[in-house]
Amino acid sequence: MSNNYLIKPMSMALEMLGRISSSEHINRWKLREPALKLVYEGMRQSVRIGNFVQSRYLAAKPLDHDETLKKNIPPKKDRFDLTLTREQQMVRDELLKFSKQVIRPISRDVDSGEVPSAFFDQVNELGLALSGVPESIKGAGTVRSPISNMLMAEDLAYGDMSLAIASLAPLGFVNTITEFGSREQQARYLPSFTGDQFFPSSIALMEPEARFNINQLKTLAVSTNAGFRLNGVKCMVPLGTQSELIIVFAELEDHGTRGFILERHYPGIRIEKESNMGLSGAGMSRVVLTDVEVPATALLGEEEVHYSHQRMIDLARIGICGLSLGTCQAVLDFVLKYANDRIAFGEPISNRQAVAFMIADMAIELESMRMLTYRAASRAEQGLPFHRETYLAQLLCAQRAMQVGTDGVQILGGHGYVCEYPVELWYRQLRAVGILEGTFLV
Amino acid sequence: MINLEIPKKLRQLGDMAHAVAEGMFRPISRKYDRFEHAYPEELDMLRSILQGMSDGGSGMGADGLSQKKKGKSKDIKNGNNMAVVLNMMEICWGDAGLALSIPGQGLGNAAIAAVATPAQKKRFDGKWAAMAITEPDAGSDSAAIKTTAVLDGDEWLLNGEKIFVTCGERADLVVIWATLDQSLGRAAIKSFVVEKETPGMKVTHLEKKLGIRASDTATIILDNCRIPRDNILGSETIDTKKSFAGVMQTFDNTRPVVAAMSVGVAKASLDYTCELLSREGLSFQYKANRFEIPAIEAEIYRMEAELEAARLLMFKAAWMADNGKPNSKEASMAKAKAGRVGNEITLRCVELCSSLGYSENHLLEKWARDSKIFDIFEGTQQIQQLVVARRLLKKRSKDLK
Repeated sequence: MSNNYLIKPMSMALEMLGRISSSEHINRWKLREPALKLVYEGMRQSVRIGNFVQSRYLAAKPLDHDETLKKNIPPKKDRFDLTLTREQQMVRDELLKFSKQVIRPISRDVDSGEVPSAFFDQVNELGLALSGVPESIKGAGTVRSPISNMLMAEDLAYGDMSLAIASLAPLGFVNTITEFGSREQQARYLPSFTGDQFFPSSIALMEPEARFNINQLKTLAVSTNAGFRLNGVKCMVPLGTQSELIIVFAELEDHGTRGFILERHYPGIRIEKESNMGLSGAGMSRVVLTDVEVPATALLGEEEVHYSHQRMIDLARIGICGLSLGTCQAVLDFVLKYANDRIAFGEPISNRQAVAFMIADMAIELESMRMLTYRAASRAEQGLPFHRETYLAQLLCAQRAMQVGTDGVQILGGHGYVCEYPVELWYRQLRAVGILEGTFLV
Repeated sequence: MINLEIPKKLRQLGDMAHAVAEGMFRPISRKYDRFEHAYPEELDMLRSILQGMSDGGSGMGADGLSQKKKGKSKDIKNGNNMAVVLNMMEICWGDAGLALSIPGQGLGNAAIAAVATPAQKKRFDGKWAAMAITEPDAGSDSAAIKTTAVLDGDEWLLNGEKIFVTCGERADLVVIWATLDQSLGRAAIKSFVVEKETPGMKVTHLEKKLGIRASDTATIILDNCRIPRDNILGSETIDTKKSFAGVMQTFDNTRPVVAAMSVGVAKASLDYTCELLSREGLSFQYKANRFEIPAIEAEIYRMEAELEAARLLMFKAAWMADNGKPNSKEASMAKAKAGRVGNEITLRCVELCSSLGYSENHLLEKWARDSKIFDIFEGTQQIQQLVVARRLLKKRSKDLK
C-alpha cells in the first residue's frame, strides 16, 4: 500500500480549503471560522480514513452490495451512543445556519415560483454532492456515511423540505452510482460533480399510479442489439427538468428491476414540471420515456450488476425519514414560540393543558421518529442488516410526521391556515413523507 | 458516534435476565395472578441469584440507579442505568408483578441510593425498601400530602395514612414522604426511613387489583410512629429555594425503569401474538406496499414500530443518566411513550388474537391487565405530559397547571 492513499485526501482537503476561503458567501454567512475548523478537521480525519477510502473505492471490481458499507468505519467502541462525531457536529452547525439564513428566507417564494439560480451556486459551495464523490475521482474523498447524509437531510429540511430535496438530489445520484455503478460509470459520470457549477441530476423511481408499488414498476426496459429500449412514465423526479443525468428504474425482462443512466440528450425523453400539493421548490417532474434507446453501458453496474432494489429503496427511505425530522422540528420550534406568545383569555395559550399536551406529544413523537431513523441509518452505516429497522422507521415517520404537521396548523388555528405563517406550507410538505420513495439515497 | 445497538456486554446481561424471566417467572406467572396476596416463595431463591448477579457487576438492582457525577471522564458510558432498564425490560417480559416483588429491588432502594448519606447507606444495606408517597387525598399532587413529621427530642414523630405502597407488607423498610410544615408547601416535604415492626406503623389493608397481582399493594397507617432522628433522607432544614427538586430527582432515574417494565410486558404480548399468528400461517417479511398487506400484518408492524420507539426513548433517557446529562424531560418522554403504547399494544394483542387473547389459558389477557399500571404509577401519562410541556415551553408549575 502506497502512502499516496494517505496523501490524496489531504490534498483534496487543501483544495477545498482554497475553494471555501475564496467564497464570498462564506463571509456573508459568517461561516469563515467554522469552515476553517471544518477543513482542519477534515484534514485531521483524512489521514486516518485514508485506508478506508482506499479499500472502499479502489477495489478491482465493485464490491458486492452487502459488503459495500461494511467497508465503512465500524464503531470504534461497542456502545450505545447518541453523540455526533466532531465532524458531524460541525457540519450540522453549518447546515443549520445555512437553513436559517439562506433557505428559510426564500422558502415561501419558491413554493409559488422558481428557485433562484444563485441558490444552487450556494449549495454547490457547500460541497454536498462533492462529499459523495470518491477521492480517486477528485471528490472530497470522505467515506460515504449514511448517518452523515441522513443528518444533512434533517438539517436542510429544517430550512425547507423542498429545497433540501433539490439540494440533495445530485448527492442521491452520486450515491447511487458509487453504490451500484461500475468503475467505468463512476469514472465517467462523477467528475461532473467536482466542478464549480451545481450539476443537477436525480433518480427516477415513482410512477403515477394510485397503488404505486415499488416492486412492480410499469416502466419497462427491453434488450436491443445496441443496448436497451425504455418505455414508461416516471413522476416526482426531483430537479427533473434541469437534470443532465437521471437514473431511471425499470423492469428489465427476466432480470427484475434495474437502473439505467439516462443522459438528457437521448431522444424520446420528455420532461415536464409537475404541480403538486407541495414541494414545488424540489422541481418535482414527470419524465415520459417513449422508445428511449440507451447503450448497453447505461445499465447501472454494467456487466457486473450488483443492484439490490430493496437496498436502494431502504437507503432512500432513510433519507426521506431524515427530511421528515427536520421539517417536524421546524414545526415544533415554531409552535413553541407561537403558543407562548399568543394571548387568549388573558394568558398565553400554552398555559392550557389542551394546547401544552398537544405540544408535548408532538415532541415525544418527533423524538420517536428520530430514534428509529437514527437506528436504521446507523445499522446501514455499520454494515448490519437494516431493512426491518428502515421499514419501521418509515412506517412511524409517515404517520407521525403528518400528525405533527396537522397539529402544528391546529395550534395556530386560523393563523395556521393562512399563508402568512409557514405552518400550512410544512403541512403540505409533510403529507409527502408517506408517499415519497427513492427520492435520494443516503 | 451514533450507534443505537446495545453493546455485547449489556446484551449478555439481558440474555441472563431473559433466561430468568422465561425459566422462573413465566411458569409461576398465572399462579400468583390467581392467588393474589400469596407470597411468591420462589422469589427467595431469586434474591440470592440476583445478589450474585448484582455483585458480579450486572447492575441488576434499583440501588444502582444514580446520576453519574459530572467531570470525571469525557468518555461515553453505557453504565448502570442502562443495565437496570435492560434487565427490568427482560424480567418484565417474564412477569411484571413478580418483578416488582423481587426482594431488595423496591423503589425505596432507588431513593436511598439517590439521596442517603454514606452512613445511612451502610445502615440500610441489603434491606428491601418500599416507597410510600400516595395518600387518600394526594396522588399525583404529591405536594399536598398530609402525613406529618415532627421532631421530638432525638426522634421524629410520624402521623398519617399512606396508600398504594408497593411491597408495603413485604419490604424491610418503608421510605415515607412526610411534611415538616404543611404551610410551607413542597419545600417542607422530606423522606424518612421507617423499619418494619417499628411501633406505630402498621399495614391495615392489601388492595385487590386489576393486574400486577403478584405484587402487594398496601395501606399503611402511621400513628405516633417514632423513628430515630438520623432516619431522615437528605437535609432537615427547609429550603424554599431548592424546593421540591431534590425529592423529585429520584423520578428522573426511576421513570425510565417504569418505561422498561411497560416495554417488557408489551414485548411479551407482541412476541406471543406473532407466535400464535405464525402457527396459523402468517409470516412477517416487512416487504410489499404497506397498504397492500393484510390488516393484521400491518397492525403488527405498526405496534412493532411503536414499541421500538418506546424502547429507544427508554435507552436514551438511561444513557443520558449514565453520562451525567440532565434527563428529566427525556425520562418523562420515555415513560409517556412507553406507558401509552405498552398499554395500547397489550390491549390490541388481546383483540387480534380473539378468544385466545381473552382466555385465561394464555397470558395475553393478563398482560393487558398488568400493563395499565405503567401508565399510572411513578406519574400518570398526564403528569409526564406536564413535565415535558413545562420543559419545552419553559413554564413554571404555577403557569402551566
